Amino acid sequence: MSALLDLWTVVLVSAGAVFYLAGTVGLLRFPDALTRLHALTKADNLGLGLVVLGLVPQVGGVIIGIKLVAVWLLVMVSGACVAQLIARLVRHGSDPAP
Amino acid sequence: MAEFLTGAACFILLVVAVGLVRLLRGPGDADRLMAVQLLGTGSIALVLLIGVVSASPALIDVALTLALLAAFAGVALVRASTTRRPPDNSQ
Repeated sequence: MSALLDLWTVVLVSAGAVFYLAGTVGLLRFPDALTRLHALTKADNLGLGLVVLGLVPQVGGVIIGIKLVAVWLLVMVSGACVAQLIARLVRHGSDPAP
Repeated sequence: MAEFLTGAACFILLVVAVGLVRLLRGPGDADRLMAVQLLGTGSIALVLLIGVVSASPALIDVALTLALLAAFAGVALVRASTTRRPPDNSQ
């Protein structure tokens, strides 16, 4: 059973790391700001989400596992809000539309 | 298993460090903010991985506060750059 959990962790954490890599490469290579924002949010949510899901079986208590998922939910909510703000900043330059 | 998690943490750190190049090169301040956001999320993943490897649940609270602060950084910059113009034409 524990081998299965270890396999789960290895697969998910490496998938999360791959998404971090993809997001960073996208952040560096994409031509304009909005496409970079798209790549960034992928790395943010998916990379961290897979790492967190991979870590859940490694953590002893259930409460700590719930706290791990809470970190991911907080990052998803704050990442979504900040991504909208960045997009507005990019679209309207420094002054928002009247 | 601990070695694998530490290796994954080092890999994510390396990837985020490479992502910081966008901070130097970024034409606009939005690009720089994106690099900071990626650094924040990457360090959250790093803190979680190291927290699980060192089996100390306190680090998960560190990751929670880090997630909060990363959001504040983004909001602060957007707020600062949209109020640069004179305040008379604010709705």
